[in-house]
Order: sequence, then C-alpha cells, then structure tokens
Amino acid sequence: MTDPNSSVSHLELEESKKTFLDANELVINMGPQHPATHGVLRVILRLDGEKVMGLECVIGYLHRGVEKIAEHRTYTMFNPYVDRMDYVAAVSNGLGYCEAVEKLLNIEAPPRANYIRVILTELNRLASHQLWLGTHALDIGAMTPLFYTFRDREEILKIFEKYCGARLTTHAFRIGGCQYETYEGFEKDVKKFLTFVAPKIDEYEELLTTNRIWVERTKKVGTISAKDCIALGVTGPVLRASGVKWDLRKAQPYAAYKQFDFEIPTGQHGDTYDRYLVRMAEMRQSLRIIQQAVDAIPEGPIMAKVSKVMKPPVGEIYHSIEAPKGELGYFIVSDGSTQPYRIRVRPPSFVNLQALDLMCRGQLVADVIAVIGTLDIVLGEVDR
Amino acid sequence: MSDETKSRSPQPEGEKPSSDKIAGGISSGTPPPGGAKPPAPSEKPAVAPGATPPKPAAPGEKPAAAAAPAKPAAPAKPAGPTPQPWDSPLVAKLTKQFGSGIQPLTYLGQNYLQVDRSLIPTILQMLRDEEQFDYCVDITAVHYPKREKQFDIVWILYSFSKNERVRVKTQIADAEHIPSAVPIWAAANWLERETFDMFGIQFDGHPDLKRILLPDGWKGHPLRKDYGIIQQDQEWVQINLGIESGQ
Repeated sequence: MTDPNSSVSHLELEESKKTFLDANELVINMGPQHPATHGVLRVILRLDGEKVMGLECVIGYLHRGVEKIAEHRTYTMFNPYVDRMDYVAAVSNGLGYCEAVEKLLNIEAPPRANYIRVILTELNRLASHQLWLGTHALDIGAMTPLFYTFRDREEILKIFEKYCGARLTTHAFRIGGCQYETYEGFEKDVKKFLTFVAPKIDEYEELLTTNRIWVERTKKVGTISAKDCIALGVTGPVLRASGVKWDLRKAQPYAAYKQFDFEIPTGQHGDTYDRYLVRMAEMRQSLRIIQQAVDAIPEGPIMAKVSKVMKPPVGEIYHSIEAPKGELGYFIVSDGSTQPYRIRVRPPSFVNLQALDLMCRGQLVADVIAVIGTLDIVLGEVDR
Repeated sequence: MSDETKSRSPQPEGEKPSSDKIAGGISSGTPPPGGAKPPAPSEKPAVAPGATPPKPAAPGEKPAAAAAPAKPAAPAKPAGPTPQPWDSPLVAKLTKQFGSGIQPLTYLGQNYLQVDRSLIPTILQMLRDEEQFDYCVDITAVHYPKREKQFDIVWILYSFSKNERVRVKTQIADAEHIPSAVPIWAAANWLERETFDMFGIQFDGHPDLKRILLPDGWKGHPLRKDYGIIQQDQEWVQINLGIESGQ
C-alpha cells in the first residue's frame, strides 16, 4: 500500500487486545480518499453501534514542507508559496505573510494598497464561505446550494482574474503593498458584484435556514463550548458561534480594518447550526466592509519604498490575521540575510481540527461528516 | 510585464533537479549581482529556482530582485532596531519572583520573555492561571546548530481579557527534554507533536507524543538545519512507496 501513515494507531492497538466476546466496539477507517473529508483526511473512528466513542485524525498526506522550503527562498520568492496552503483563501494567506514581513522590515503599505488589500481579502472571505456552504450542504444532502454558491463565487474569481490574472492562487499582494494598480472599472465591477450577491445570500438562507432537514441535521450537532474552544485554541467562526466575540480584525486591527464599521456576529449554542448562521452573517458583514472600502478608496501610491533585496534586521516577529477559518499567524525569524532563517505558519485549520474528537463524541457516524464540514478545514493548510 | 514574458521561457529547463541548486544557487548567487549590473547573466540562474513548480508571477519579480540590489539597502540595514528591555506590571511581578531567571524584552512592539529552562513549567502555569493567558496560539522551535544549546522553544500566548500577546522562549540542548504544556493548554497537543516531528524535541508528559505530519517510521527531523532540503528517508520511500526515490 502507498499509505504513508500506515502504522497502527493506538486505537487499533487497544482494539486488538480485546477478545471477541467483549468486542462491542468497532473501529472503522474513514478516508483518506473520502469525498466528505474535504481532501485527504483520514479519520479512525471508534464506534459503539452508530455512536462515536472517539476518533483519531491521521493527517500529513498533503505535507509539502513549506516551512523548510521557506528557509531556502528569499522573502519575495516565498510569497507565492503561501497561497498554496489555504488555497480557497489564497488572498488572506498572502496578506498575512506580506504584513508579517513588512512588520519585520519596519515598513508600512500605503493607504491605497491597504484598501485594495481589504477589498480583495473580504471578497476572498466571501468566496471561501461560499465554497464552505456549498460543500458542507452537499455533505449533509442538500445539493442545490452547491450550484448556487459556485455560480456566485465565479463572479468573485472573475474579479480576481481581471485584477491579477489568477483565480485561485492569486499572489495578489507584494511585500510593501500591491504589485498591480486596480484595472479600469475595478470599482464598478466590485459595486456591481455587491448588488448582485446580496440577494443571493438571502437565497441561500431561504434554502436552508428554516429547512426542516437542514435544521434537524445541524442543531445540537457537534456542540462545543466557549471554554473548550479556548482551551483547544479554536478560532474563527467556530469560536464565535460558541459565543466569544473575538475577531482579530477588531481585536488587533491590521491593514485598513480600523476605518470600517462592521459587527462581529456570534452564536450562542456552539452547534453546527449556529456556525452556519455565524458564517452567513459574516458574509453580509464582508459585503458591508467591501462597500465602505470601495466607496472611500484613496488615491496614491500602491507600493511602499522597499529595496529590491530585502534583508530584514536580525530579529523575530509574530503577526496574525483573521483568515476565513480563524487566526492565521506567521512567526518569522530573520538572521539578517536575504532568506528567512525560519518561518513558522500557525494555520487555523490545523489547530481547529484538533477539536474534531471532542465535537464528535457521542454523536452518530453521519454527524461526523457534518462536523468535518462545519469546521471548514482545508487540508492544504492542515498539512502545509 | 516584459520581465514576466522573458522569465517564462527558461522554465522547462529547470524542473526537479533545479530545486537542490536553489539552496546553494541563491544564497551564493545573491551577493555577486550586488556589484554586477548586467541582468542578463545573473538572470538565468535566478530564474531556474523560481521555475520549480507553478506560479508565473514570482519569477518575473525574482530577476528584478537579483539584478537591481538597490544601493540604499546597504546603509539602511545596520540601523535596525534592537530588542529593548520590556517593562510592565507583569514583568515587575515576574522579576520579583524569579529574578535573573527571566529576561523580559520587547522588539518591534512585541513582548517576549527569555526564560531559563528550569522555570518553564512554573512560568507557563502562572501565565495562564494568574495572568489570564488562556489561549496558547502556537508552540514551535528554532534550530541554531552552532550554539551549545541548539534549540529555541517558543510558546506564543494570548490573553482574551487583556487582548495582549506574549512569547515565552527558552533554550535547550539537543536531546534535552522539556515538560509538556498539554496539562495547561489542551491545544498544545498537536502543536507539540508537530514540534517533535519536525525537530525531534521530546516533551515529557505528553499523552501521545508521536509524529503527526510525517509517517511514523520516518527517520530524521526535517526542520533541523542539518537536514537537507531534498534529503529524505530513502529506505522508507523504497519500502513503502516501491520507488527508487521520492525526488
């Protein structure tokens, strides 16, 4: 077998010690090739009938070693690699990385660049949530939302394509600002998109929010308390759905987020349904931010003065942003040369996935699918 | 723009073999262009690394970076900021209790504590219980092979109530163990496993310390500096994948 993680897990070992007669627990394997694991996630489930008694995640199938690669690239050269971690929110990855290096270099992107960054990042958050909604609903058995969300996400990707030529792994930002000035008619396109998409979000809600099957499949499923979220380091919409009003865009504003008026939607119960509502509300808040940004986008340069060969002074920095999935952090150590001495990526999906075991205990097997979906993980980011 | 079109042509030449040359190629390749203005010769090697996998935009930018090593960069560099002593009520409390065991510093507005290895469990516990650093953002390590104590272990902590971050750092020697933070923050579990996987650092008291990203039977810890970028566990690859080499 070509299974890189083929060794026996501790759950399997426990199982093998049991005799046939008291073996009322069943260990089954799910993935890594499974459509509902959103990539290559392997989950070993310990079941009592249909009830989940515990599970273990096996990850690493997409491990590409970006942190090692980073040590052998210059700061500029590493920039496109970060897009390939959370590939459905590549713009956010790029923003976090560029801002971290800017901090290390002690420079700041000009205001116009920050506004462009906010617009693109929020568009990307919307695209990421749309993709999440489509696939999550599909996993639970609602097929229509997938077509709706992918149809509308296409409009965002078109804007990206017109802006920088790429749709997914955009490499939209550069250290010090943006490489490209907005194209002719960018603002018009964005405004047109905003009026186009707002009623579409209502449409998604119409399909699901009061849909009885949807409610039954998501309410009281995969519940996690705020206390557990914090202990496990879970961030993003999952944390907010548990009632913690915490968003890095507000708590420690970066880029131009200070200038915009928006709310942090929160839930109360920390279940799958609340997480759905929080993300839906977040989409609307993103629209609000984009509207404000595109109305007030200032004129001016889009690049700060950055020397072509970047040699940040010896030191280290941690910078994090609110990615669609949670806190995305970069810890960069510079030794004064052109290449980073060490880059550590703190991926939200990786840390959030740790909560899967806790959230699934006592649930049914079918709910595991719902919980993996609601965590909104991207395996490219989990494994890096 | 023109850079981009130019850089695209050399792409086919450099596929996988080029990736090992990047390491040497770039670090040794960067200084010379400093003096040499003509971009044509320096561009070839500079593009090859960029050509590794996808992305058309980056190589376009790379040659520019190698070709024009902006002179102002050199004088600006030495005047970088340095870590300053950090002063706060928290620091006052900690220094009162632990004295010279901790060294509070601040760099670019970010605070960190350089802590003696022996004080680590006490300090981490105290930061969570008494100072409300209830969220363990990240645990990682940095390898300095030339130092006697080869590893920096870094805990990045955050306090929701104070909206404040702090980093705790300590130095340990190779093969030296460090107490696990899992009893303090459950989030430490996978983070420590990854640090173990990548650096081989042993966390005492961890409930299930084993590899997380690499396969269990793998030999070596890739993020150590002495581990080459294209190095691999040949034996593992041959047995498990049935191929000569993963490269």
